[in-house]
Amino acid sequence: MNEKQYCTFFVNDLLFGVEVMEVQEIMSHHRVEPVPLAPDTVAGLVNHRGQIVTAIDMRKRLGFPAAASNAHSMMLIAHCREETFGLLVDKIGDVVSASSDDFEVTPENVTENAKELVEGAYKLPDRLLLPLRLEKIAEIVKQ
Amino acid sequence: MEDIIREFLIESNENLDRLDSSLVELEKSPRDQALLADIFRTIHSIKGTTGFLGFPRLEKVAHAGENLLTFLRDGVLLLNPDITSGLLAMVDAIREMLELIDQTRSDGDKDCSELIETLHQLQNSSSTVGEITVPVCTQQVAAQEVAAPVAAQAVAAVAANQQPAASVQQNERPASTVPFNAQPAQETQLAEEQDVPQAEALAERSGENRRKEDAPVAADRRGGKERREVSSADSAIRVDVSLLERLMDLVGELVLTRNQIIQYAAAQRDSSFLAVSQRLNLVTTDMREIIMKTRMQPMQNIMGKFPRMVRDLALACEKQVRVEIEGQDTELDRTLLEAIKDPMTHLVRNSVDHGVEKPDVRRAAGKNPEGLLKLRAYHEGGQVNIEVTDDGAGINPEKLLAKAVEKGLVTRQQADQMKPHEINNLIFHAGLSTADKVTNVSGRGVGMDVVKTNIEKVGGTVDVQSVLGQGTTLRMKIPLTLAIIPVLIVRSAGHRFAIPQVSLLELVRLEGERSERAIELVHGAPVYRLRGNLLPLLFLRRELGLPSADSAAEIKVEDKKLNIVVLHVEGQQFGLVVDEIHDAEEIVVKPLGQHLKHIAAFAGATVMGDGQVALILDIMGLAKRAHLLSDVKKAVTQDVKLDAAGEEGMNKQEILLFRIANARRTAVPLSSVDRLEEFKPAQFERAGGQYVVQYRGELLPIANLSDKSDLATARDGEDTCNVLVCSIKDAAWESLSTRSLTSPTKTLRLNPAGKTAIPPVQQWYRIRSRTSWTWKLSWESPLRAAIH
Repeated sequence: MNEKQYCTFFVNDLLFGVEVMEVQEIMSHHRVEPVPLAPDTVAGLVNHRGQIVTAIDMRKRLGFPAAASNAHSMMLIAHCREETFGLLVDKIGDVVSASSDDFEVTPENVTENAKELVEGAYKLPDRLLLPLRLEKIAEIVKQ
Repeated sequence: MEDIIREFLIESNENLDRLDSSLVELEKSPRDQALLADIFRTIHSIKGTTGFLGFPRLEKVAHAGENLLTFLRDGVLLLNPDITSGLLAMVDAIREMLELIDQTRSDGDKDCSELIETLHQLQNSSSTVGEITVPVCTQQVAAQEVAAPVAAQAVAAVAANQQPAASVQQNERPASTVPFNAQPAQETQLAEEQDVPQAEALAERSGENRRKEDAPVAADRRGGKERREVSSADSAIRVDVSLLERLMDLVGELVLTRNQIIQYAAAQRDSSFLAVSQRLNLVTTDMREIIMKTRMQPMQNIMGKFPRMVRDLALACEKQVRVEIEGQDTELDRTLLEAIKDPMTHLVRNSVDHGVEKPDVRRAAGKNPEGLLKLRAYHEGGQVNIEVTDDGAGINPEKLLAKAVEKGLVTRQQADQMKPHEINNLIFHAGLSTADKVTNVSGRGVGMDVVKTNIEKVGGTVDVQSVLGQGTTLRMKIPLTLAIIPVLIVRSAGHRFAIPQVSLLELVRLEGERSERAIELVHGAPVYRLRGNLLPLLFLRRELGLPSADSAAEIKVEDKKLNIVVLHVEGQQFGLVVDEIHDAEEIVVKPLGQHLKHIAAFAGATVMGDGQVALILDIMGLAKRAHLLSDVKKAVTQDVKLDAAGEEGMNKQEILLFRIANARRTAVPLSSVDRLEEFKPAQFERAGGQYVVQYRGELLPIANLSDKSDLATARDGEDTCNVLVCSIKDAAWESLSTRSLTSPTKTLRLNPAGKTAIPPVQQWYRIRSRTSWTWKLSWESPLRAAIH
């Protein structure tokens, strides 16, 4: 049995996870400076302790509708592809230990986009945890 | 083990770089014991470590080199060009192997016995100077017989001493008893060696190297300044660059926190807290400055490589060149240093290959046969100036100009009016080379333009001065650092943007009435009249796709205020309309992430004093996005020229004014208009998807510049259409005849209606204080497109 620890978060009421070791920190207090002409999935730039970090709007990246404007989103700082990213998510969940016994590959009926981004699904007792492929999330989306 | 190897590689590579210049230096003063000892130590320590780490091949090469050096150091041999070349070849071989070790952790299996053999020969043959060929590990062997004069001197010296080795030693011995060099150990050893057969001495020497190595250091302790350099090397440590960059980030963060505390402190009455925050302020400022300094590196790092390079090049080109370097300690940001390395190498190559003449030519011109290449770096006005000067032939302006005209870079007329300075700067054009033949060094005509672009990319400038027959100076001006740049902060649609000061010319602010009338339109393109010249305008909001209050107000200007930032890029001026202009500031440039890198409009981002992120505008990118650099550039320059001509009452052009859509005035040169005609709508016929009119027995194609799609239908109050009958200078016909109808005749239809496709505005005129523009009547593009 193989256990992996995931930092979980909610986007559009779905539970997603990124491996704990890939996450640097979680910011609740941040100001995103929008970048004109930027790709749709880029929410803007964030000052993360003097380092300028590109913030990715996870709702847009995962193809969900935009959140209600008053929703206060959280940011997950993660390192990937030799760059630090901020992932804008709706809500942060717990750190969850998931066992490989509960893992199943992505079912065939999900969309191509999701299949690329989501590794599979962990069947947690109460709900499904969808582990994300961070390196795919950080990929530049061609428009 | 891995760590030791890495440490060894870094250290050895550094030492080898120094060795290159040391050897060339030694060629000039072959008797410099301190220098020799230094070279010897380097090779010796490489040999020692490789033996320990188990790289036998590398050890063998280093060993052979060391043996040769022992002879030199002991004065048995005197350095000559062959030995220098041999030693340099050895350095190259070692470097090659180090690279291999870096990649594969093994020193490979390439056969170096030839090199080792040569090194052996060199050490045994003080009498056969000049007959040994150096193995082709490097390319400098091409012209052995042309040696630098200093080297020639050395040869002479050796030749004079062409007696058995022992007597050379005898000659040298008194010298070694001079106090500075007094090393009893070495002296006795020399004495011993005289008695012991040569081979034995050799075997022993390698064993005793360690002891001897220490001796010069001891001697140094008493004498000159060399040893201070040794100790300064000891006081330095190696730090990972990424660590420094992280430190830089943290200091930035500290500065922000400091700012917040100071703001907070201002509202406090607690004096001890105030004192503490004051101290925090000072310490932070100091710290920031010092951290900035860690990024600075001396020019030495790149300049140090040139003596060796010039030596090799000079040999290959059969020239004699002496290098003088000044200002090696001048410091520059390491990213900049990296950026100017290639351009500078190119300039040095050029100077040696094209600048300095061959010795016989120089002699004929009454110059010292040995050319002089001067590299100079110094600070001036917050910038670093770097000069590459040669005392060679200089640039021949006539030859250059002829080439430029031949290649179509300038017209003959332009050429006649060019100032010497402008002519010289032609060398920065792509595809222009005055070299008569292409060599493997240079002469292909690519390069100088690349040098210029690369220098400009980092915010620097490059400029050339040359006097025919006396030499050429190329001067680069480089900003001290790329990391911190002065900018102007502006605001548009609530966002702050930073505009680099380099591209900033001036600020124009218009208020009230004036701002409403300030912007005029040239066929939809907004322009502003700046001291009589038309300045194309860009609206930052529109360029960046930011929401505007409403599109009409955008041009009308909100609040009856108009802020124009006048910028220049690539010799082209334009105005950027922004909402507000804030302060000038110095900011720390941070690169954009991969998602945003491709946006041409931004050069980077920065963290402002309040912790907010602001984007840095890339002025060149912005101008390119708006197609300012390709089209309008020409228009403006022509415009300016036309104005100048007009003022002098020369070259006046008669133009025909007419009105098209929206009462806009347009003009064509009168010379290209044959006649004005009126046609009834019924006269228009369609042929092959386009309108024609039967006119004097021929078909006259109509270029419809109005937005009326159906010309043939009569409209209310419009019983005729105005048509300009023009003749076109067709590339095929080359005929401008207006009488003969055999020349292709085309028309402009002039009707007050609609808009046309974006016309290629050729020139702008100011006619009775209003702006008009002319159609391009060379017919290459617009009307041909409209007709076909």
